[in-house]
Amino acid sequence: MAKPIAERRQGVGFITPLLVLMLAAFNLPILYMLTLGFWSKEGGFTFEHYAQLLDTPIYLRVLANTMRVSLVATLVNVAIGYPLAYWMRGLSPRAQFIAVSLVIVPFWISILVRTYAWIVVLGNNGMVNRLLLWSGMVDTPVSFLYNELGVMIGMANVLLPFLVLPLFAAMLRIDDRLMQAAASMGAPNHTIFLKVFLPLTLPALAAGTLLVFILCLGFYVTPAILGGGKVTMISNLLDILINQIPRWEQASAVSTLLLIVTLAIFAGYRALDRKVGT
Amino acid sequence: MTDIRLEAISKHYGAVRAADSVDLAVAQGEFVTILGPSGSGKTTLLSLIAGLSQPSAGRILIGGRDVTASPPQQRNVGLVFQSYALFPHMSVFDNVAFPLRVRNTTADVVGDRVMAALELVQLHGMAQRRPAQLSGGQQQRVALARAFVFEPDILLLDEPLGALDRKLREELQVELKQLQRRLGVTTILVTHDQEEALSLSDRVMVLDGGQVQQIAAPQEAYLRPANRFVADFLGIANFIALPDGREAVVRPERIRLEASGGRDAIVAEAVYLGQIIRYHLTAGEDKFVAAAPFVGRPHAIGDHVSLTWDAADVWPVA
Repeated sequence: MAKPIAERRQGVGFITPLLVLMLAAFNLPILYMLTLGFWSKEGGFTFEHYAQLLDTPIYLRVLANTMRVSLVATLVNVAIGYPLAYWMRGLSPRAQFIAVSLVIVPFWISILVRTYAWIVVLGNNGMVNRLLLWSGMVDTPVSFLYNELGVMIGMANVLLPFLVLPLFAAMLRIDDRLMQAAASMGAPNHTIFLKVFLPLTLPALAAGTLLVFILCLGFYVTPAILGGGKVTMISNLLDILINQIPRWEQASAVSTLLLIVTLAIFAGYRALDRKVGT
Repeated sequence: MTDIRLEAISKHYGAVRAADSVDLAVAQGEFVTILGPSGSGKTTLLSLIAGLSQPSAGRILIGGRDVTASPPQQRNVGLVFQSYALFPHMSVFDNVAFPLRVRNTTADVVGDRVMAALELVQLHGMAQRRPAQLSGGQQQRVALARAFVFEPDILLLDEPLGALDRKLREELQVELKQLQRRLGVTTILVTHDQEEALSLSDRVMVLDGGQVQQIAAPQEAYLRPANRFVADFLGIANFIALPDGREAVVRPERIRLEASGGRDAIVAEAVYLGQIIRYHLTAGEDKFVAAAPFVGRPHAIGDHVSLTWDAADVWPVA
């Protein structure tokens, strides 16, 4: 309902502090970061940092690397998360509560602690390797750490709740009677899953997958620790450009590229979502 | 299309007996209503017949075939829920086509039969809509079309009209009855609405606490209830004591309000219901309800009247 203009102006007064805070603390730094990339050392406008992005193979290689690691970590997440959420849906309410708690508990533990915990689990002398050696499945320890495998395992672990929780919530909303009706109509169980259950979870799955993928793109701690400096993702590159060889302009250009790629992926998702939704 | 037999069907959830040794035989083409208050076990019975849950004891036969252990897919049952259970991501057409497509019916036949089914429920213009774009009554019609389009042996309806408003419900009751007669499909409907049960069915089964109270034609169950529960549940009942100490029931419309010659009573309340007027009467300690067609001058509150009824209208219940 349209309110009188005077009344609407009154409302603006209340949110002004928040608007100012958002602008000053959040939007202005981003704007500053974006403009830095167009600022030459001598002062004035330049494209040289972006030209360097394209000329130096390392930048695009790191971007491609980031995409690949993120994609695999996201797919692993889906492969584990979807069956997990599906299994949780079938549990009794009490068991569901316990399962949800187990998924959420890692959230409360610092990401740093969790990442180091993986070293204990996956290291050459770690639990997994000792089990593998003891069972005779391998002769020498498997290198889980300080390579892409370790990074992907670590990232999949950290991001699992971001996928499982919205997916589980969406699955809970699906009325059991839909599946019962489909069964009474003679549909075999795999048809019920593919034609009824899966399509109804797709929007939540797509949103969760996108969220996980975008979070993957910006990961820093996990690749830094579990990658042992050998797996370079964009955030680690930014760290080098800012903290080790201070080249803020170049960092700005890289960040801008990452932002554009992320927005492009999001726009693609929205376009797809709208097409499916109608 | 075929008959259904339940033989000593029981379903226990821990100590709760949702169904307690229920026997029922539904003839080919018959319309039977399972009637009971919530928690009486009527929906449990329906899901047992559909194969959505397994009985603790007893046998279920559909067309002479023992289906007690069969999954729902092998029972060839059309199922309609109160919540419609339409697939929200499919069009009306695809919803109705679903049972045909899982049977690998060719596209031509699917198209013809879906449109014929939608024609029967008067929704042929809505084939491309999504369920969310339809009204409740329209959604229920789609659910019906989807349930009979694959020519199931039996039709099971779980409170199919419960979510609709009164006028629409009455309209759909008539449509449902006509449709059932035309298709000639054996039908079991579950409801807590006694009016719906009486108006739709060939026979009603009254259920309470998981146990069968009575199985009879609607008029029989209404006028000659097997016990006090049935008498009370199937509309308003006046309980009177017989000279031999037994209890008997007289229905309100069988009680006449006259000047003298019967039991003296005072009109406590007169409720105008359109076609009829309902009187609440007090006769000493006892209370009566009488219903009369609303013609001429009605009695007013405080009027002294005399209540009479025919001996044939008195039915002993215990």
